[in-house]
Amino acid sequence: MSEVAAPAHAVGHGHDALHHHAAQQHHFESLDQQHEASTLGMWFFLVQEVMFFGGLFTAYMVYRIWYPEAWAEGSRELDILLGGINTVVLIGSSLTMALAVRSAQVGSNKGAFRWTMLTMILGLTFLVIKFFEYEHKFELNHVPGANFVFEGPHANQVEIFLSLYFAMTGLHALHMIIGFGILAWVAWLAHNERFSREWSTPVEMTGLYWHFVDIVWIFLFPLLYLVDRAGQLG
Amino acid sequence: MTTQPTTTYLNVTHGLASWLLTKDHKRIGLLYLVVVSIAFALGGVFAGLIRLELLTPPGDMVTSDLYNRIFTMHGVAMVFFVLIPAVPAILGNFVLPLQLGAKDVAFPKLNLLSWYIFVIGFIFTAFAMVMGGVDTGWTFYTPYSTTASNSNVMAAGVGVFITGFSSILTGVNFMVTIHRMRAPGLTWFRLPLFVWALYATSLVQILGTPVVAITVLMVAMERGLGLGIFDPTLGGDPVLFQHLFWFYSHPAVYIMILPPMGAISECIACFSRKTVFGYSFVAFSSLSIAVFGFLVWAHHMFVAGISPYSAMVFSFLTFAVAIPSAVKTFNWTATLYRGAIWFKAPMMYVYGFLGLFLIGGLTGLFLASLGTDVHIHDTYFVVAHFHYIMVGGAIMGYLAGLHFWWPKMTGRMYSDGLAKVGAALIFIGFNLTFFPQFILGYMGMPRRYHMYPPEWEMLNVLSTGGAGILGIGYLLAVGALLWSLKYGAVAGDNPWHATGLEWTTQSPPLPENFVETPIVTEPAYNYAHREIKVV
Ligand SMILES: [Cu+2]
Repeated sequence: MSEVAAPAHAVGHGHDALHHHAAQQHHFESLDQQHEASTLGMWFFLVQEVMFFGGLFTAYMVYRIWYPEAWAEGSRELDILLGGINTVVLIGSSLTMALAVRSAQVGSNKGAFRWTMLTMILGLTFLVIKFFEYEHKFELNHVPGANFVFEGPHANQVEIFLSLYFAMTGLHALHMIIGFGILAWVAWLAHNERFSREWSTPVEMTGLYWHFVDIVWIFLFPLLYLVDRAGQLG
Repeated sequence: MTTQPTTTYLNVTHGLASWLLTKDHKRIGLLYLVVVSIAFALGGVFAGLIRLELLTPPGDMVTSDLYNRIFTMHGVAMVFFVLIPAVPAILGNFVLPLQLGAKDVAFPKLNLLSWYIFVIGFIFTAFAMVMGGVDTGWTFYTPYSTTASNSNVMAAGVGVFITGFSSILTGVNFMVTIHRMRAPGLTWFRLPLFVWALYATSLVQILGTPVVAITVLMVAMERGLGLGIFDPTLGGDPVLFQHLFWFYSHPAVYIMILPPMGAISECIACFSRKTVFGYSFVAFSSLSIAVFGFLVWAHHMFVAGISPYSAMVFSFLTFAVAIPSAVKTFNWTATLYRGAIWFKAPMMYVYGFLGLFLIGGLTGLFLASLGTDVHIHDTYFVVAHFHYIMVGGAIMGYLAGLHFWWPKMTGRMYSDGLAKVGAALIFIGFNLTFFPQFILGYMGMPRRYHMYPPEWEMLNVLSTGGAGILGIGYLLAVGALLWSLKYGAVAGDNPWHATGLEWTTQSPPLPENFVETPIVTEPAYNYAHREIKVV
């Protein structure tokens, strides 16, 4: 350590410079510094994700205030049961993800692999259910655009609701597909026994991302499926 | 006479692949320099076409439809591919890790990826240009961009969307770099003000850019799939588009101006041989601009039918956000006061910046007042105002920084005399181009028309003549810099005798910047304790 007042993270932490961990990139002074940089970077990235979804949430809010009846009508078109099942599936996948992170942190590659695979299976389940929901909408011509058909006094406004439904859930599904790819990479790393007590950064970063995608759904489900549906099921 | 160092980041590896696959922040900075310069030339050609059409009152050179496309492509090229990336992506990439005493940015691979994303976005936009352009105005207002347009909105929109992610990822990268990669002893309040400016800019990039990205995506869905989110005939609201668009695009002004302001702080301290007056005020003014810049967007919409009460609030906040800019300007002036002014080419640009930014800033207050805005909204007054900020401020600041760090980037010194002539021509040409536009706008000449009544001819001729001088000035400045690459004197490590870690390493720097990680023991701009060796 040098004598000058230094930000603790910027100094070499007294690590032996000759024994770099294999995962440490050369432009970092230490593995700790690298880990802290990755974590901070991921949080900043998630901030931009919040803003990215924020535009759609703003549009949703404006039109919901303007067109409450259309929002209720549109919401009744969504399958509350499938949406509910998917909510449970996704929360379950956050649990398995957290267990994958924990396994990697204590150095169990086997555990990390197993929990990551399970997370992928749950994620896939979500996407399959979502696919059937979308398909049903196509059959009913409830997909906004040229072929849109809807009976009722607020057809145009319901179309806006369904536009936002597809935009928001579609963007969410896209995030899940990307997350699925990242999970596959993490599983492959775990399979090759790459994680240890010293280094499990990729699993932790994937965990942050996955939980974020999960939280987005926690907001989407009530906002889209549960408008004015007190006392009903399905 | 100093000689060129033997191993530098420029000659350590050779060949195209070594550049296209580089993870070195300095080379990536130069990669951006190439693409941004191409975009600047393109945008400049479009600007020239606009001024040529407006040389005479009748719309005789191009049709009004083609004119729409020309000014749109001028705006799109200049805003998204020049002003936003110029200082952060070129100078920021090159200088930031050097100023922090780091080997590189926190995420070098992500940095290269950002450049590729930028290039792909640029290709989409260039494709839109080649296929006949876009006629919506750079703001992509609905319904110009949805039901009322038959031009290449999709390609250009996708280009802007993609480019936005380059900006976001650069912002994430820089913020983490500033947090985690500082050399020992380099505390927050010892950072050069350029770093503070980049930090504030990055904040705007990660908070604002995603919003415009999703907005452009909604426009694309509306256009491609026939949705009605912004279409009033289907119950949608075009004003919502304007809110979402300006939520980003006003703060985007600060993405364009904050980094050049940082470069100005560096130059002013160096060429006055003084520490920047009120360092912490200048540092925090950057942050407060970044934060309060998010609360003023509706001043672009005073005549769009928003509620008069919200208009009053936005008007007040717009006046308030002028304060931190004023703090900076006063502090720069106070730095000059009793300084040992060293009048080199970068300082020419600093003076140009101060004068032009002052005019641009103060005329912004005319537009922030609700009453006057009704009169001058969508006139040439607005055009002149934002060009004083964007060109007079941002581009002058960019050129100040480029001339300041050029010897560090290339190891060569340009001809100071030639560079000064370039700077003078740019200053004169700029004023001649845009000052008449204030008068034209005040007299009521609307923007975005390819013809005008004959009584405005004289001022328009002046403006077009000024644009010619401005163009020659840019060519001269570029010529002086390029000339130095081959014939310039070897610059040495620190030709300006400046403080800052970037000047402690060789020019051009080593591939990993420093022989060993520097340790910082003094505040920024400690010129008082430096031997003055002004030649
Ligand atoms: Cu604005």
